[in-house]
Amino acid sequence: MPERCTYIARSTAIAARALAGEMMVMNSTDSTFFTLNEVATAIFQAADGRTPLRDIVRDRICEQFDVDIEQAQTDAEQFVAELSGHGILLVSSQPLSSDSTRETP
Amino acid sequence: MSLMSEVGQKAFDLGVPIAVHLDVTYRCNERCVHCYLDHDDHGEMTTSEIKGVLDQLAEAGVFFLTFSGGEVFLRRDFFELVEHARRLMFNVKIKTNAVMIHEAEARRLRELGIDTIQISVYSHRAEVHDAITKLPHSFERTINAIRFLREQGLRVTIANVLMTANSSDHAGVQKLAAELDVHYTLDPTITPMMDGDTSVLSLRIPGEELTEVFHNPALVGNQEEFCAPPKPPSEQDLEGYSCSAGHSFCYISPYGDVFPCVQFPLPTGNIRQQKFLDIWNHSPEMKEVRSIQAKDLTTCSSCSHVSSCTRCPGLAYMEGSMRGPSTADCEKSFYRTGVPTANMLQQGLSKPRSTSGNTVPLIQIRPLQIQPIEVQPVEIPA
Ligand code: SF4
Ligand code: SF4
Repeated sequence: MPERCTYIARSTAIAARALAGEMMVMNSTDSTFFTLNEVATAIFQAADGRTPLRDIVRDRICEQFDVDIEQAQTDAEQFVAELSGHGILLVSSQPLSSDSTRETP
Repeated sequence: MSLMSEVGQKAFDLGVPIAVHLDVTYRCNERCVHCYLDHDDHGEMTTSEIKGVLDQLAEAGVFFLTFSGGEVFLRRDFFELVEHARRLMFNVKIKTNAVMIHEAEARRLRELGIDTIQISVYSHRAEVHDAITKLPHSFERTINAIRFLREQGLRVTIANVLMTANSSDHAGVQKLAAELDVHYTLDPTITPMMDGDTSVLSLRIPGEELTEVFHNPALVGNQEEFCAPPKPPSEQDLEGYSCSAGHSFCYISPYGDVFPCVQFPLPTGNIRQQKFLDIWNHSPEMKEVRSIQAKDLTTCSSCSHVSSCTRCPGLAYMEGSMRGPSTADCEKSFYRTGVPTANMLQQGLSKPRSTSGNTVPLIQIRPLQIQPIEVQPVEIPA
């Protein structure tokens, strides 16, 4: 059976900006405020709705941060689940276009 | 320290302008009796100029962006500017009198993901509010707008400016805010006119009445803590800086002038002539503001209040020296704690000079309450 793809996109309801390599993220609907470490920031910045999560992990995380792919994939999935629970990332098994007009913060 | 404070401190230490207040116009449809602005348009930035400024601010690391005025909705391109700002992923707050907000505008603001809309309400009594704004039916229109915004689930803060005409109305406005399910902030800000005319200052509540305000738990929270006598300053306090102005915050006028703060009229450059980051990083005035530590202050460095005083360097600058005391803050420190200030002692005064008349140039009381923000860190292991 072919592996299912996960696509992630940044919600249009959020505000985000990098501060010294770490991303600040705020959800305007409930004012929850987060800071993401460098790895989480890389995933967040790559969340264009078109690149499958496993490609982001392989190309952006394992390449840049020299981490084991399986561990990185598990951590990334946990991170994505947490941020989607807060309405910051949108997750789908199909490519998403909702964030196509957003700049990368 | 909350995550938000940590981030603010980090921006301060790195000199990143994390927050900017941008006035997009000084024009207004109200004529509030205490307002300090010249409402004529002397050449506001165009739509494309402001969009260019927003691009530069995003690049400079600005996260919190406040659009204010004048009345922002008098700009026909206001939604276009907000859309651009949200595309750049700013956290956007808007200050408005709200009289031009109806259902459609409220819906659009929700769609754009605005963080907070701050609205001035002077009284729970329509006749008092309208007499201050000098716009008939403004109370009704403003309150209707708040309802439209709340129907959209938007966060609204009522800013209640206290002055002689409404000094006893804060409890009524607080109750109204609770009924409307919005935040309340006491914002008794009376600032001189831009042209230096200080006549509006006679509208502010007299210093003696501050004692009552500062000892009211409904307004200040833990009153005992708030009014506690000052602790002697530590070495660390004397190494500290006044506030975020010029460190992690600045103000931009509708004409592109950049200042350390909305209440610190020291010109540091104009964005029509220079890049924002050139002004922020290299302006000699910005650098000077940034260099001043508590130990460098002429009178305040020897004042027992120095570590807890709300001393505003902008007000001190308007009084003559950004390193000097701010009489309005001396007054607040004294009426809050009952302990004389160094400024008073130097002048041999047993109570502060009154800053409510026309004789002394400046008065500002900063908000006593800020909206609480839920903060949750998320990290995944590297
Ligand atoms: S203390 Fe004065 S100059 Fe500093 S941020 Fe507050 S209002 Fe601005
Ligand atoms: S009370 Fe007055 S003299 Fe003392 S620190 Fe504040 S502004 Fe300066």
